[in-house]
Amino acid sequence: MTEIILQANHLVKTYTQRSGRFGFGSMKVKALDDVSVTLKAGSTLAIVGESGSGKSTLARCLLQLHPFESGEVLFQGQDITKLHGQALRAVRKHIQMVFQDPFASLNPRMTVAEIVGEGLLIHGLGSAAERLQKVHQILKRVGLSVEDAQKYPHQFSGGQRQRIGIARALVLEPKIVVCDEPVSALDVSVQAQILLLLKELQQEMGLSYIFITHDLRVVRHIADEVVVMNQGKIVEQGKVSDIYSAPQQPYTQQLLNAIPGRKAA
Amino acid sequence: MSEILSVENLNVTPKNAPSRLLVKNVSFKLSAGKTTCIVGESGSGKSLTALTIMGLLSQQLQASGSVVFKGDNITRLDNRALQKIRGAKIGMIFQEPMTSLNPVLTVGYQIGESLTAHLGLKGSGLKLRVESLLQQVGIPIERANSYPDELSGGQRQRVMIAMSIACEPALLIADEPTTALDVTVQAQILNLLDELKTRMNMAMLFITHDFGVVADIADDVIVMFRGEIVEAGTKKQVLTKPQHPYTRALLACVPDVEGKKQLKPIDYAWLENKATA
Repeated sequence: MTEIILQANHLVKTYTQRSGRFGFGSMKVKALDDVSVTLKAGSTLAIVGESGSGKSTLARCLLQLHPFESGEVLFQGQDITKLHGQALRAVRKHIQMVFQDPFASLNPRMTVAEIVGEGLLIHGLGSAAERLQKVHQILKRVGLSVEDAQKYPHQFSGGQRQRIGIARALVLEPKIVVCDEPVSALDVSVQAQILLLLKELQQEMGLSYIFITHDLRVVRHIADEVVVMNQGKIVEQGKVSDIYSAPQQPYTQQLLNAIPGRKAA
Repeated sequence: MSEILSVENLNVTPKNAPSRLLVKNVSFKLSAGKTTCIVGESGSGKSLTALTIMGLLSQQLQASGSVVFKGDNITRLDNRALQKIRGAKIGMIFQEPMTSLNPVLTVGYQIGESLTAHLGLKGSGLKLRVESLLQQVGIPIERANSYPDELSGGQRQRVMIAMSIACEPALLIADEPTTALDVTVQAQILNLLDELKTRMNMAMLFITHDFGVVADIADDVIVMFRGEIVEAGTKKQVLTKPQHPYTRALLACVPDVEGKKQLKPIDYAWLENKATA
């Protein structure tokens, strides 16, 4: 049996939204309504849904970036919900994130070496020379060059910036990478490059991915299992091959039917 | 089949660097009742081509070549003359419905603006026409008094569509109209556009980077790469029997729903060798 590396049980998260004229009223919105997911080691779990479905909230709750009302998140069997400070930081080293917008998620005032090496610094790993060597290694691995380390984010294209984001996540040698729409802002040819790179890195480093996306074509290519979310609830979950060939829930069927190009194919 | 628009040898260059061609020798024709998709990656010149047709090019750029709309060359027209055409005979829909709508005016007012400007409609006649447009795009008529922020993304795009077809244009230019939308909403908007095109016998120029959308909505396809048209033909020709290496390479990057395809990124160096050889 495959080891379960991350498990979330019965997560509940509500946002209070201002409503009415001038926002004087308030309204509770359930962003996560009793959500449970499991991630097997070395596999990719895709979380799909439309805007407002709670997919990004789920990712953030898994990483303990958002507080939530109830539920637990187990990393390798350990409940990380109650952790603080040093202990939480130690766990976070193993769970890294790649963000959607390669333009907004890199600090424009830092060089690539600083951006990618910051995690090593925070976690106090190695001497300055060792850190720089690690940064160079990972940059080369994601398809950038050693010279790129001294450049600033604005000197790169969108696809290259996403490579920097991936390098930043992987330099700590995490076990889990949470990718929040990592290819949605990219051209289709660059998207293909990044998807292939992520797949290669997964095999080489034994990574487990949580892959958040709204694009069901991308899910088909990258994921082993899929969770379909709508309005904070899980509509359906299972193996990608099962769900794509025989979706059980009307909402999943509707989503699959809406994939552009399906009718003509 | 009647020809609505003919673009010939269109070039766009920055004014301060006239040798840099952003759009190079682009020629195509559009006919009534047909949807032509321009596909390409960012920087391929697809949006610039559309903006040039509308005469909306930035001050820093200049265009040469001819754009003939229903027999009239509109390339040399001044702004005043172009304003009579824009919105009346050529409609346009942009990608971001939120940034294209004015947040302090009701959607009913905004839909009515072009009707007043071009057709001189006022009062109850205007109100009736706006309501009929809202109905055509599937929005309840009470929504005429709503402000853009009270509508969802899909509804806002429907409002944009209502505005763009208000004066029954002969040509509708849609620049990535569904890119910012959720997939189910995208499917609805594509259906709506297709239906309107057929009913009003419009020519539609649809700009997208998504081959799935092309497969759904196009009759004809133009593929652009670095400012040039590399391939043009019917949807079937381009999607199933692509001739140009770039089109083939681009199609190889598109993930399929079945997940059978091995994705292959574009090898630009190889393409350039091929082009110079």
